[in-house]
Amino acid sequence: MIEMTQVSKTFGGARPAVDDLSLSIAAGEFVVLIGSSGSGKSTLLRMINRLVEPDRGEILVNGVDIRRQRPEDLRRRMGYAIQSIGLFPHWTVAQNIGTVPRLLKWTKARIDARVDELLALLHLDPAEFRHRYPHQLSGGQQQRVGVARALAADPDVLLMDEPFGALDPVTRGALQEELLRIHALSGKTVVLVTHDIDEALQLGSHIVLMNQGRIVQQGRPLDLLRRPANAFVHDFVGRTEIGLRLLALDRVAGRLRPNEAAVGEPISADLSLREALSTFVARRVDRLPVVDDQGRPAGALFFSDLLERQL
Amino acid sequence: MSRVQSALALSLLALIVLTGWLPHAGPAFALLFPNRDRLIYRQDDFADLILAHLAIVGASSLLAALLGSGVALAATRRWGLAFRPLLETLLAVSQALPPVAVLAVATPLIGFGPLPALIALFLYGLLPIAQGMLAGLDSVPEGAREVARGLGMTPAQTLWQVELPLAAPVVLAGLRTSVTINIGTAALASTVGVKTLGLPIIIGLSGFNTPYVLQGAVLVGLLALTVDLAFAALSEPLGRWRAPQPSPGEPTLAGAD
Amino acid sequence: MTWRAPVPGALALGTLISLWSLPFVRFAPNRLLTGDGLAWWRAPLGLGHWAALLPCGLLLLAWRAQSRATRVVGLPAAALWLVALPWLAGMAARQMAPEVDGLARVSLGAGFWLSWGLMALLLGELLREAAWPVWRRVLLWVGVLLALLAELSGGALDHLSLLREYANHQDAFNLAFGQHVQLVALSVAPAALLGASLGLLAARRSRVQGALFAVLNLIQTLPSIALFGLLVAPLAWLGEHVPGLGIAGIGMAPGILALTLYSLLPMTRGTLAGLQQVPAAAVDAARGMGMGSWQILWQVELPLALPVFLTGLRITAVQAVGLAEVAALIGAGGFGAIMFQGLLGSAIDLVLLGVIPVVALAIAVDLLFKLIIAGVARHD
Repeated sequence: MIEMTQVSKTFGGARPAVDDLSLSIAAGEFVVLIGSSGSGKSTLLRMINRLVEPDRGEILVNGVDIRRQRPEDLRRRMGYAIQSIGLFPHWTVAQNIGTVPRLLKWTKARIDARVDELLALLHLDPAEFRHRYPHQLSGGQQQRVGVARALAADPDVLLMDEPFGALDPVTRGALQEELLRIHALSGKTVVLVTHDIDEALQLGSHIVLMNQGRIVQQGRPLDLLRRPANAFVHDFVGRTEIGLRLLALDRVAGRLRPNEAAVGEPISADLSLREALSTFVARRVDRLPVVDDQGRPAGALFFSDLLERQL
Repeated sequence: MSRVQSALALSLLALIVLTGWLPHAGPAFALLFPNRDRLIYRQDDFADLILAHLAIVGASSLLAALLGSGVALAATRRWGLAFRPLLETLLAVSQALPPVAVLAVATPLIGFGPLPALIALFLYGLLPIAQGMLAGLDSVPEGAREVARGLGMTPAQTLWQVELPLAAPVVLAGLRTSVTINIGTAALASTVGVKTLGLPIIIGLSGFNTPYVLQGAVLVGLLALTVDLAFAALSEPLGRWRAPQPSPGEPTLAGAD
Repeated sequence: MTWRAPVPGALALGTLISLWSLPFVRFAPNRLLTGDGLAWWRAPLGLGHWAALLPCGLLLLAWRAQSRATRVVGLPAAALWLVALPWLAGMAARQMAPEVDGLARVSLGAGFWLSWGLMALLLGELLREAAWPVWRRVLLWVGVLLALLAELSGGALDHLSLLREYANHQDAFNLAFGQHVQLVALSVAPAALLGASLGLLAARRSRVQGALFAVLNLIQTLPSIALFGLLVAPLAWLGEHVPGLGIAGIGMAPGILALTLYSLLPMTRGTLAGLQQVPAAAVDAARGMGMGSWQILWQVELPLALPVFLTGLRITAVQAVGLAEVAALIGAGGFGAIMFQGLLGSAIDLVLLGVIPVVALAIAVDLLFKLIIAGVARHD
C-alpha cells in the first residue's frame, strides 16, 4: 500500500534525519514507527503526506508516486493526528471534524451525518458535544475529536504522530483500546509514531524500530521480543522487562485450563497474562478462577502455566 | 445587552445629546463663567466638527489598516520572514516618537491643510495595526497550523480559515489602539487650521476662552470613549470561542495624543 | 539568483535610491523661501561624493558575499557612514552658506534623513545577525553617538540651518529642556507611588480590580489634549480662589496633573502584574517560616515583583516623555513649545529642534531603565 524506496532527508546538520531507508507497508496493517528522539520516525511519517519532502528516494501510495499529485489532494485522502492535537479553537467540535469533508465539498447533510457517526464511534454523545468549543473539552475528549477529525473523510491511511503522548495514563489506555477497535472494524492502514515501547507492542501488528535515520529491526511484536537483532534492540525492548512484555502479548483465555476450578475472586479471560501475573503475586496464590465476558466460569489459570512455552 | 453594549449606548447617547444641547447651553455656561461673553463656540457647527473629525480619522485608519496589516502579514509568511526583525525594530524605534511629532514634521514639508494631517495620521496609525497583526498571528497555536496543513488545506485556506480568525481579536485590539490614538492626534491638527474637534480647544487656549476649551474637550473625549467602546463591543463576539480570561486593565492604550 | 543577505541588501539599495532621487541638502537664499533641493551629485561635497561607494559596496556584499564577510566589512562601513554623512552635510553647508550670521539657509534634505535612517537600520540588522552581546551593541551605538556629539561640539555642523536655529534659540532650548524633564519627573514620581499603592490594593482585593481598571482605562482613552483641556477650567478656578497655591489654569500645573493621571494606568498595571507573577510557593514558604504580612511584602513580594514593576516604570516614563510634547499647548513649556512654534511658523528646523531632543530623551530614558532592569534581574 505504501512503498518507500531509499528515501533520505537531511536538515541543515551533517547527520541525515532519514538515511537511505526503504519500507513497505501492506494495506490494513497497524504499523508503529518507534525509536528514541532524533531517530527520524516523525520525519519519516511526515514524508508520507509530503509535509516533509525527501531529498532522495521515492514514495508510492497505492502504486502512485506521491509527487505526481498536489500535496493538498494527497493529504485530504489521509488522516493526520498529532500530539498537540491542534483542534481549531475557534470552531465547534462539529466544525473541526468536518474540516476535510468541507474541503472536499461534501453536502452539509452528508457532513452532519458523518460527524454524528464519528462522535458515536468515539463514545462522545453527539447531542452534547457537537456544539462545544475545544476549550470546553478535557484532554482526552480533545484527542478523541482529533482522531474523529482524522477519520472524517474516510481515508485509507491514518497517520498519527505520538497522538497520546500528552495524555494521562488512564486516558491514554482508553484511547489506545479505541484505536485498536477502530482499526479492527475499519481495516484501515495505520502508521503511528511513538517512543513508548509498551504502546508499540500493544497496538502494532508490525513494528519498525528506528535509530539515527535507519531501520534497525522490523517485524511482529513477538519477533522483536524473542529475537532481537542486536544489543540496541535488546535494550530498547527492555532487557529485564522482556519477559513481562512477552506476557503482555497474550491473554488468559489462551492459557487457562477449562476443566479446573479455583477459589477466590475470578479474573476475566480477557486479561493479559502480565496482569494475571500481577494478580498472582498480589494475592499470593498459585491458581486463579477465570470467568468469560458474561461472567460464567470458564476454568482456572495455573501460575506454572505462565511459564509454558509459547507457540 | 452586555455591560459593554450598555456603556456604548450611554456614551453615544451622551455624545448626541451634548452635540444638540451645547449650542443652547449659553445660560449654563454663564453660570459657571460669570463676567464672560462669547460663551459658546459658534464658528462651526459641532456636528460638522464631529463628522469632519471622524472623516479624517476614518480615511487615514482605513489606509493604515490595509497597508499595516498587509506588511505585517507578509513578514510572517515564509518568503517574508527575513524582514520580520527589521519590521519589529522599526516598530520598537517608533515607540519613542510621539504621534504629534509626525504631524509637526509633516506640515511644514507638505503645507497647511488636511493632507499633512492625513499623511501623519496614516503613518502613525500603521504602528499599532502592524503590531496587532504580528501579535495576533503569533498567538495562533502552532499545532493548529500544522494540522491544517496536514489535513490538506492550501496555504491560502489555512490563512483565511484558521490563522486570521484566530488572530482577529488581537488584530482588532491593534486597530482599536490605532484609531483611538488617531482621534487625539487629529484634534491637534487644528493647530494648523484643520477642521476637527480640536478647533474649539485650540482657539479657546490661544484666546484664553475656557468655555470653548471645555466644549471641545468634552466632545472629543466623549467621541474617543464612544469609538473605543464600539470597538470593545465589536470584539466581544469575536472572542466567543476563547476560554474566559482574567485580565486586569487589558487594552494597552497610551494616552491618546 | 537569491540574495545572500536580502534585508541588508534591500536597505543598501534603499540608501542608494534615496541618495540618487531625493535632495541631500536644500539651499534657500533666505528664511522665507523653501529653497531648492540638491541631490547627492550636485551638492558641493568634493571628494566626499565617493562616499556613495560605501552603500554600493554593501549592496554587492549583501548580494554575493558570505555572511561573515558582509558583517566584518559592513559593520564598520555602516558605522562610518552614520558618522561621516552629517559631517559631509556640514561641509556642504559651510561651502554654500559661509557666513554664520548670513541669511542663506542650508537644511538637511529628505535624502539625508532617509539614507542615514536606512543605514542605521542596516547597522542594527548586521548587529542582530552577528549576535553581538547587548553590551557590545550598546557600546557601538554609544561610540557613534559620541562621534556625532564630537562633530556637533567641534562646530562641523554649525552652518546647517538646524544648528543655526539652535544657536538662535539656545536659551529657549535650555529652558525647554529643563521644563520637559521637570514635567516628566514631577508626574512619573507621584504616579509611581500612587500607582504602586493602587496596584497593591488591587492585588490584595481582587474585587476592586474591575472598577479600578475601568476608571484608569477611561482616563487613558481620553485624548491628551482633552484631558489637558478639561483640567484647565477647574485649575483656573482653583488658582483664582486659592492664590497661595501658586497654580493657574494654564502652565505646569494642569500639565503635571494630566501626565500623572496618564501615568497611573501603566504604573498600576505594572505593579499588579509584578505582584501577580510572584511565585505562590515563595509566599507560602515565607508564611510557613513565620514571616508577618508586612515582612512578606517587603522581603519577598516586592523584590520579586521589582523587575516587572521597573518595566512598567520604564514604559510610563517613555510615554510621559512623548506626552509632555503636547503639554506646551496649555503653557507648560517643554520641547513642545519649540515644536509648536515651528509648526505654526512652518519652520521645519524649529520643529526638528523640538522633536529630535524628545526622541533622543525617550530613547535615553528607555536605555537607562533597561540597563537598571538588567542589573536588577541579574541577581535573580
